[in-house]
Amino acid sequence: MGRVLAVIIWIITLLSVLLFVSGKWWFPEGISSHAPALDRQFMITIVVVGIAFAAAQIGLGWTVWKYRDTGASADRAIYTHGSNRLEVLWTVITAVVFITLGLMGQSVWASLRLNDAPPGSYTVEVVAQQFQWNFHYAGKDNKFGRTDPKFIDDGSLNFIGLDANDATGADDSVISSLVIPVGRPVELRLRSKDVIHNFWVPQLRFKQDLVPGMEIKVHFTANKIGKYELACAELCGQLHFKMRSYMLVLPEQDVQALQQMPQEQFQARMAELLNQYQLPTY
Amino acid sequence: MAEHQEDVHEVHRHPAPTGFIRKYIFSIDHKVIGIQYIMLALAAVIVGMIMSLLMRLNLSWPGTSWPILETLFPTGAPGGVMTPEFYLSLVTMHGTIMVFFVLTTAPQGGFGNYFLPIQIGAEDMAFPYLNMLSFWVTLVGFIVILLAIFVEGNQSLGEAFTALGPSFAGGSGTVGPIGGWTGYAPLSTLGKIAGPGQGAGMNLWVISIAIFCVGSLLGALNFITTLLNMRTKGMSLMRMPLTCWAWFTTAVLALLSFPVLLGGGILMLLDRIAGTSFFIPSGLYVSGLLSGTNPNFPLHTGGSPILWQHLFWFFGHPEVYIAILPGMGATSHILATFARKPVFGYRAMVFAIFAIGLLGFFVWGHHMFISGMSPYSAIAFSVLTLSIGVPSAVKTFNWLGTLWGARIRFTTAMLFAIGFVSLFVAGGITGLILGQSSLDLPMHDTYIVPAHFHLVMGVASIFGMFAALYFWFPKMFGRFMNETIGRIHFWITFIGVYTIFVPMHIMGIVGMPRRYSSFTEYRFLDSLHPLVVLVSVAAIVTITVQLLFYFNVFWSIFKGKKVTNDNPWEATTLEWTTATPPPHDNFAGVLPVVYHGPYEFAVPGAPKDYIMQTDTTAEVPSGNGHNGKH
Repeated sequence: MGRVLAVIIWIITLLSVLLFVSGKWWFPEGISSHAPALDRQFMITIVVVGIAFAAAQIGLGWTVWKYRDTGASADRAIYTHGSNRLEVLWTVITAVVFITLGLMGQSVWASLRLNDAPPGSYTVEVVAQQFQWNFHYAGKDNKFGRTDPKFIDDGSLNFIGLDANDATGADDSVISSLVIPVGRPVELRLRSKDVIHNFWVPQLRFKQDLVPGMEIKVHFTANKIGKYELACAELCGQLHFKMRSYMLVLPEQDVQALQQMPQEQFQARMAELLNQYQLPTY
Repeated sequence: MAEHQEDVHEVHRHPAPTGFIRKYIFSIDHKVIGIQYIMLALAAVIVGMIMSLLMRLNLSWPGTSWPILETLFPTGAPGGVMTPEFYLSLVTMHGTIMVFFVLTTAPQGGFGNYFLPIQIGAEDMAFPYLNMLSFWVTLVGFIVILLAIFVEGNQSLGEAFTALGPSFAGGSGTVGPIGGWTGYAPLSTLGKIAGPGQGAGMNLWVISIAIFCVGSLLGALNFITTLLNMRTKGMSLMRMPLTCWAWFTTAVLALLSFPVLLGGGILMLLDRIAGTSFFIPSGLYVSGLLSGTNPNFPLHTGGSPILWQHLFWFFGHPEVYIAILPGMGATSHILATFARKPVFGYRAMVFAIFAIGLLGFFVWGHHMFISGMSPYSAIAFSVLTLSIGVPSAVKTFNWLGTLWGARIRFTTAMLFAIGFVSLFVAGGITGLILGQSSLDLPMHDTYIVPAHFHLVMGVASIFGMFAALYFWFPKMFGRFMNETIGRIHFWITFIGVYTIFVPMHIMGIVGMPRRYSSFTEYRFLDSLHPLVVLVSVAAIVTITVQLLFYFNVFWSIFKGKKVTNDNPWEATTLEWTTATPPPHDNFAGVLPVVYHGPYEFAVPGAPKDYIMQTDTTAEVPSGNGHNGKH
């Protein structure tokens, strides 16, 4: 029984490790400037995790193989209540490894979350609602029109409550997909009208909740032109699974050109571009 | 302690009841109450498992018609195809039932209730009536959560509830509320306007959880008092079995964390039915209605959705340890018994349990890295979270140390205890990934999260309970469970759970979001389909095999091989010194006196390879500092 158990534990360990190193399934290619650092931290962590996992399972298998009671001799087990030296040794080693990992894991976080977006970032307001994304662009004047929940009216397509009396909002566009410039810092100002949603583009390597009653700012730089799927990653109700949009990363001048357009034209041109660009091959 | 021991026991001595109802139904005997808790968990886990089966069917074969579903749930599965809202209600109820009514009942209320008083040499719990009350309150909580299923699933029952007020309207064609087991506000507080599954079922969900909190609090008080006041002569703290340390620490965690959830639950209920705004901010616009402009959506202002998350996770993270600590205790106990060796590093194990319990209160924020809370507090929570891995690793090292140089007897209980160690490592180790705030940015709310917590707090805890049941069953019922069926149950379950949960890590790395009723909308998830099917097939096999376990339990109660010896496993602790099953007052009027530590196996020179705690003849070598003599 002990040998069978040992072999099964080892096979499970081997297959688990193989599944991870096969490379058949992994992150999609990262396109944000922080993605390489994040991926590196992930690799370091998963190597530590993998070694610890394999070592513990191999050790467990080895003890059940070697120390099974075969009944062949009347010898007793080794009588020991432990070893303070070993306790100190493995406590210190794991504490050093784990806390080092934890501290290393803060650098990407700090670069993304402890600073404001750099000056000159391209800014988009994001307003989520049940099963739909609204992206608010500043328009020609590069100023966001004032919004207020009391002006929201989904029926007349004023999804984010733009104030008609505010002239800076007259040239703004609110459309259902995100377009950002390549290679320039981007700031998203995230809000929600109803329940908590979550902004999730796997290639950007970050998530952020959109919390009703709060405006949360995030910043990043995308460095590869293309079309990417944008998902909601926080349970928001019945159609959560299809609260999907797209993010287009385009050359700066193309984004500027779009932003100059009136809303209908912007929307139509975005539809064309979304058709024109292909998703990455997964 | 020893001086007032006599008085304590006089107070608590109560005659054995004779009538059926007082003996088996409204019993104040901790042993009967323990079995009642275990039966409750066995009932609840069936509901939870069937729900996970339905979820897997929907995920791996989307759009397939299952005619039986249409018969059972005409609105939830029209044409036999599950609706998204039906699926999400399964997610919610599966999580709630499993976490509360399985993982919090059987390990603590079940085995803890039955064996803590016996293992410390007490005649009963400190407050037997309170003990009875905590079980019955918990059972009411379970009935209310079942009612949530029927209120949402049954049209006429749902409409009947509308009489209580608009927020009580049910019958949404789901099998309960939608919110996940975490019930994040404001989705969970807005009521019907937020969509299906936000009516009566959600009210009953939060009421059920509040009731459950009360039951658990009463139980925790009882455990703590009993352990501190009612240990028999010679049972010093450091002579207690590690099971008792685990149950005690669990009770302390429950005492400190359930009140917070209870408070949060009451606030949530008030938001839902009394128009308050604890978790609802101003200016919400939901389903075409602006807050305050319509009778169905009264004015809300000033609430914070993140407040609910803090209250929930202040409870929710200690809850993880409430689920796993008793399994750790049982595993240590059973490993030592069948390794025929003392627990390696008993003191370190006790300190590790304490450290886990203490740190468990300072890490809740790792569930909220991307919630919008302060990024500075995320750093503190992250580093503290990585630290909690240290005592967990210490426990693992000591389990391996216990097995090293052992003479292992592979009973079914031992197989499950070894399985616990394997699964605890596999599930716990990925906490090193999820606990890092940076890595949580891509990992949050993907399948690696359910993979992690199912392995460690779900399956490992359940393995601890399987081990406990196979181990203590002979003492509880006077008959053994069938070992052949037990082994088949172990092998398939062990391989099955790995096949289910290891691939889920990969899904998480690819980015598959959890709580999706279908993956068909996203191209980046397409390549994962073979893994999704593999997981479902493994789940179907593993769940089916649990029927063997149920058969084994109920068949063995009546037909199992009879126990002929009060100490069939040659174990050392007090439950094996008394009759089988133990009499009403546990020790037939004569409390045992303890002379030795809990795990004196393989003592050189002793006549047998184990020395029971009550043994007055055998000598245990002194000087190793671990036999509790000081």
